[in-house]
Amino acid sequence: MSLWRKIVKTGRVAEPAPEREPTEIPDKAAELGGSLQIRHVDAGSCNGCEVEIAAAFGPVHDAERYGARLVASPRHADALLVTGPVTRNMKTALRRTYEAVPEPRMVVALGDCARDCGIFKGAYGVVGAVSDVVPVDVEVPGCPPPPEAIVAALRGLTGR
Amino acid sequence: MVIGVVGAVVQVVLVVVGAPLLVGLMRQVRARMEGRVGAGVLQPWRDLRKLLRKEPIAPHGTGWVFRAAPLLLAATAVVVASVVPLVTTASPLDGAADLFAVTALLALGSVALALGGLDTGTAFGGMGASREVTVLALVEPTILVSVFALSVRVGSTNLGAIVESTVADPMSVISPASLLAAVALAVVTIAETGRIPVDNPSTHLELTMIHEAMVLEYSGPDLALIEWASAIRLSVLLGLLAGLFAPWGIATAGAGLGALALAAVLAVAKIALLGTLLAAGEVFMAKLRLFRIPELLAGSFLMALLAVAASFFLA
Amino acid sequence: MSGTLLAAALAVCLAAALAALALPSRPAVAGTGTALAGGLGAAAGVAALAGHGWQAWLPGLLPLTGVRLALDPLGGAFLAVTGAVAACAAVYGIGYTRHGSGGRVPQATTPLFVGAMLTVPAAASVGTFLLAWELMAITSLVLVLADHARRDRVREAGLWYAVMTHLGFVAILAGLVGFAAAAGGETFDQLRAAEPEPGVRSAVFIATLLGFASKAGIVPLHVWLPRAHPEAPSHVSALMSAAMVNMGVYGVVRVGFDLLHGGPRWWWLVVLGLGALSALYGILQAAVASDLKRLLGYSTTENMGLVLIGVGAAGFFAASGLPGPAALAIAAALLHVVNHAAFKTLLFLAAGSVLHATGTRDLDALGGLRARMPYTTALFAVGALAASALPPGNAFVSEWLLLQSLVHSLPASGVAGAVAMPLAVAVIALSAGLAMATFVKAFGVGFLAKARTPDAERATEGPPTMLAGMGAAALACLLLTVLPTLTVPALTAAVAVAVPGAGPVAEGDLTLRLAGISGTISPLLILLALIAVVAALLAGLRLTWRRRRAARLWDCGGGPMTPRMEYTATSFAEPLQRVFDNVLAPESDVDVTPLAESAYLVERVRFQAAVPDRIERRLYEPVLAAVAAVGRAATRLADGSVHRYLGYGFCALTGILIVLAVMW
Repeated sequence: MSLWRKIVKTGRVAEPAPEREPTEIPDKAAELGGSLQIRHVDAGSCNGCEVEIAAAFGPVHDAERYGARLVASPRHADALLVTGPVTRNMKTALRRTYEAVPEPRMVVALGDCARDCGIFKGAYGVVGAVSDVVPVDVEVPGCPPPPEAIVAALRGLTGR
Repeated sequence: MVIGVVGAVVQVVLVVVGAPLLVGLMRQVRARMEGRVGAGVLQPWRDLRKLLRKEPIAPHGTGWVFRAAPLLLAATAVVVASVVPLVTTASPLDGAADLFAVTALLALGSVALALGGLDTGTAFGGMGASREVTVLALVEPTILVSVFALSVRVGSTNLGAIVESTVADPMSVISPASLLAAVALAVVTIAETGRIPVDNPSTHLELTMIHEAMVLEYSGPDLALIEWASAIRLSVLLGLLAGLFAPWGIATAGAGLGALALAAVLAVAKIALLGTLLAAGEVFMAKLRLFRIPELLAGSFLMALLAVAASFFLA
Repeated sequence: MSGTLLAAALAVCLAAALAALALPSRPAVAGTGTALAGGLGAAAGVAALAGHGWQAWLPGLLPLTGVRLALDPLGGAFLAVTGAVAACAAVYGIGYTRHGSGGRVPQATTPLFVGAMLTVPAAASVGTFLLAWELMAITSLVLVLADHARRDRVREAGLWYAVMTHLGFVAILAGLVGFAAAAGGETFDQLRAAEPEPGVRSAVFIATLLGFASKAGIVPLHVWLPRAHPEAPSHVSALMSAAMVNMGVYGVVRVGFDLLHGGPRWWWLVVLGLGALSALYGILQAAVASDLKRLLGYSTTENMGLVLIGVGAAGFFAASGLPGPAALAIAAALLHVVNHAAFKTLLFLAAGSVLHATGTRDLDALGGLRARMPYTTALFAVGALAASALPPGNAFVSEWLLLQSLVHSLPASGVAGAVAMPLAVAVIALSAGLAMATFVKAFGVGFLAKARTPDAERATEGPPTMLAGMGAAALACLLLTVLPTLTVPALTAAVAVAVPGAGPVAEGDLTLRLAGISGTISPLLILLALIAVVAALLAGLRLTWRRRRAARLWDCGGGPMTPRMEYTATSFAEPLQRVFDNVLAPESDVDVTPLAESAYLVERVRFQAAVPDRIERRLYEPVLAAVAAVGRAATRLADGSVHRYLGYGFCALTGILIVLAVMW
């Protein structure tokens, strides 16, 4: 009962949807028609971006309302959300995850590390940026990128 | 006779089109209770449409069982939707399958999916299949004994007969036998459709999966068939609960088109209500540990047994 | 007509046996002869079911009593089943025994075994029945021992089988001979007309029930079944599991319903209880078994338990004055005997194909046979579907009938019924659910995905005769699924022998309609509906068709998926084993060998886990240990002293003389 009272008292937590810039969504994403299933891959990140992803899908920003959903298996996914620079141990795994995704498939490189290795550039365990291992369709800059930026990137793919 | 065919067609179309909407409604209810906005009631249909356009995959080492499993799952779900009295009790297949046969058809769908999971040869597929058949085996006694309890009063296990008998005698719904059977069948519905507290349909942790683990390897149209069939099974089981314990509005034999339309509207309303209650209940519950599930199912079995005893000793 | 067919069948059996002893190409001769005899026997049985009875009296064949044969519809039903099973198994055996098990004695004994099985339902006197029963036991024992030179466990299995079948025989002997003494004659007609006291009747029923239950593989007298069936050649296992165990059911129905005219309700509650116990225990052991033929043997125990639930319910209803439900229950039991024979034959023959191709029965070592043995896989799938009691399999129809007979009995059968029937329904449901789990395991782990060992990788399809035998059994399964409207009315005459005065049980053309109670089912329509929906879905999917890409299995991006990572039969059954571990009492043993230099460094770890037959462990082993102890103690009596032996003889003789003097 106390949980019910809490639910009623809290009401809606999600902030109103921000204005969306009317940019063109990529052709591959247009085929999806507003439904985007995402598989997150941590290729070697410090987990700062993961915290922001959790916030983006949490009640305040609620990325699910734009049609994006996190799934467990790459076979169920349309896009990979890759965080972190690609470390040596994760290079093959990332490649295989990408190949497991059915067409049409996209890759979103999240954060500065995914775009160009960020502060880990040149480290001995790092192989390169995500685009050195798999083809990247969308990049989200930031260290870490704020949840609003993540949501904006996903909306750019779903068109909602 | 013709009304029966029309009713059955209306029923199948309603379920086939409306099942993903039910899933969307349940997700919306859950989202709103959690303070979120949610993706909208139509989102599951957008997901299905997209999945149909994606590429199907044949993983190495899988064969015809892997490819046939989604078809068989979907086929059993649609056949059950045409038999269960959601809108009409005079479906042409009403004499072909009674409550025992409906149970067995649903079990056939689950078995097909379990074999599809085993055909992948991955550890997750085997794990999902193993857990699924364990839950299936433990749920069977509750289902059949509840059917027994319901059939004692009516004198038949035929679905149309049970619904018509309940419509004719409304007070029989609040008899102890009926109430106990209702609770037992509610637990069965949760177990068969893989909802909380038996299984979490949106979990990402493979070691907590039962149903999801079997479908990790499926993609594209195969996955669309499986998700759609799961939604149909959920709608049909909720509709069965509504039909057995609150059947007023279902068009009986000899009704006209107007009664059929009213029955369709009422069926949608009842299933939507039950779905909302289920989704709201899930917000308050957590998933049970895997080896606590037999205790839950044993409790529901005991209630079904008491229902039969009540139907004899209190009748 | 049925008489001539049966006589012809028996003559062919004898001829085939002699020919197999004499001629060189034994498998083909014995196989075709047995198949022909089986076909003739099946035709005789169908003729008897249709009402063409027959009687014969051969005084010279047996001293003192002669041989008396009579075919009535009840015997005809069992005769038909036995003949059909024998035909399929014999055709299969031609290809199977060509490489090994082709010795002179097993090949000649197979037709004799079938001949004995064909005689048991036709026996019409105590002497004939016991003769045929013992012949059946001895020939089957010889066949079980056929591979004794190749494996050690065969001898142990043969010993258990020999002892248990003869203990059962002694029980049946005691019961029937006691009955004949009380009735003053030994023909079945005289037994039917006799009116012994209730105490004698109960004693006869219990004694014969013990013997027949042991033959049918009913718990707790079932321990020979999971030992003998894996070790016998596969076509013999099929004959034993699908035809011989039915004779136990036949005995219970014949003695209980026909000769003793039903009885008090407690008899049938005992039968119901034994059936329920066997159904649950059998399928539970099958669910955790990883030896394919042991799994199938325990499944036979389960199905015979279900049949006895039907028989017990029928007797209970008949004794309560409800002939309608009684007839329905016995019809369900008989139909389940037929259905079980069909799918069990198919399953054992398919298991034999797998054994023949890979050399192993262990499910944990099989897998991937789908690609290498596609026909056997498809045929096993048909059998597994039937065995799981799912539509469109054939066992679904008989289980449905059984459930209908139980649920419709409730208000009229009193308090005992109100307690027993829901429990019976619960037992049937749980055993059906566990059967689904068992056969998903057997088919999924054994045939699908990838091969787990090099043995399984080398598998190839068997010779055409093996496929033909399996195909015939699969065809029978399919026909039994879609034509219950033919099979159930055909059993009416047999039902009338057991429950006199009940009318036809069911009728219909497309839909099976039960007589007297409200219940309909149409497996044919269900099957057609499923096919129609699948076709519609395929047509609809064609609109969105994209080429299916071959891809690597999703293995979380890590190393290659080896067959070692697949779920095995043991791991598949582990949740069920855990849920039921109080009943199964699994045993595990860990043996750690440290290095010689230090007790903290491990050289080798050996882990062993097994699920023994708990009834054997708890019931039989103490009895055997006690008997062995008594035997060891008794050796002190035979110490070699001639004086002592003479003393024993003198005392025994004096004692007998005193007893005779006092009693006469």
